[in-house]
Amino acid sequence: MSDIKLKITDREGVLHEVDAPTDMNMNLMEVVRSYELAPEGTIGICGGMAMCASCQCYVLSDHQLPEKSDDEEAMLAEAFFVKDNSRLGCQIHITEDLDGLEVELAPAED
Amino acid sequence: MIKTDILIIGAGPTGLFAVFEAGLLQLKCHLIDALPQPGGQCAEIYPKKPIYDIPGFPEVLAGDLVDNLMEQIKPFQPGFTLGERAETIEKLEDGSFVVTTNKGTKHHAPIVAIAGGLGSFEPRKPQLENLAKYEDNGVAYMIKEPEIYRGKKVLIAGGGDSALDWSIFLTDVAEEVTLVHRRNEFRGALDSVEKVQQLKNEGKINLITPAEVVALKGENKLEKVTVKNTETSEEIDVEVDNFIPLFGLSPKLGPIANWGLEIEKNAIKVDNTYDYQTNIPGIYAIGDVNTYPGKLKLILCGFHEATLMCQSAYQKIFPDKKYVMKYTTVGGVTGFDGSKKEAPKAVVKAID
Repeated sequence: MSDIKLKITDREGVLHEVDAPTDMNMNLMEVVRSYELAPEGTIGICGGMAMCASCQCYVLSDHQLPEKSDDEEAMLAEAFFVKDNSRLGCQIHITEDLDGLEVELAPAED
Repeated sequence: MIKTDILIIGAGPTGLFAVFEAGLLQLKCHLIDALPQPGGQCAEIYPKKPIYDIPGFPEVLAGDLVDNLMEQIKPFQPGFTLGERAETIEKLEDGSFVVTTNKGTKHHAPIVAIAGGLGSFEPRKPQLENLAKYEDNGVAYMIKEPEIYRGKKVLIAGGGDSALDWSIFLTDVAEEVTLVHRRNEFRGALDSVEKVQQLKNEGKINLITPAEVVALKGENKLEKVTVKNTETSEEIDVEVDNFIPLFGLSPKLGPIANWGLEIEKNAIKVDNTYDYQTNIPGIYAIGDVNTYPGKLKLILCGFHEATLMCQSAYQKIFPDKKYVMKYTTVGGVTGFDGSKKEAPKAVVKAID
């Protein structure tokens, strides 16, 4: 298993190219937190249960992502700033298939 | 004025367990929480989710953990101020504190322990330009007195249990009920979803999906809301007296952020080398609300922090008393209610 490369644009519009491990059972929200690309307390508030939308991001590359679960669908239906390419970072598991994934963090809710 | 030894702000698992540890030291506790029930996130957000890292519990539902904690602290008769948010703190000349809630309830204690977790849960507000203009003037984020909607035209937005349940309830009170949701699917108890379907069929609920409210209109008070179909982008104006967005709750550190405490990363800095005290002597911060090098937001860490905080609080309240920690296995648990739990005495008996 090896690291993959991700391109993450933070809420200030700054692009970060980061390495993410595929063997640490991590999700995209946790990768963002581990690199502190968004202030603590503004992302991953529910801890990754798809119960808040603080890790919402827009998927910019055309990677094939796993289908949304009912929980994720429901949460995105109530989130703000939702677009067609919105996903919850906490529901995107880091796998080798995601090498080169490009995402942009959605704005924080007020 | 409510008087106590340790005033705990936040009735989540950390705050609740602090009552137990304080009780072993014969210190009384009172808890304030913005939510109407104890348990914090465990009770409000994920009561049915299992937790696997509570020592000694291979698996426990968050809601059950709260029930167990409530049972564990019962002998120590904690007081509760629920459904109120701690708003201001005042330090008196003798070094004790008066904490006042948003409803004006005053609490007096020599020690304040903030166990506020992620903060107090506030309603999530939709992102609409002139929303503030209509607040308390047609727009509300929770329904306190349903009677004020009698004979009114009410529009509710949201797709969860509260949106469904209030839509159902208000059909008997309001003149007109409209429910707007961004999807055709609702996330709620099956009963509620079916009931809304039935009321829609009977013409008692005007259901607009998939749609969202995009604008509010009205001179001095709310008169119309613009609802946009998210598939066709078609917009219609609905005449309403009230707009109630029910988009759930999100935590905010809130007024505590203005208490003069050192804040870092949306959390309160504490002395983790000793007793989890903040930069203000007598005010402690325990559990998810605090931060220090290596901090982990885990319930089990909150329990530990609560325990050390209580020892320090005891010494602050009784600077001249000598005390050593006693194991519950040895000392048992003596409640303020007169109850006593202790290990059964071993039988000493000769064997012939």
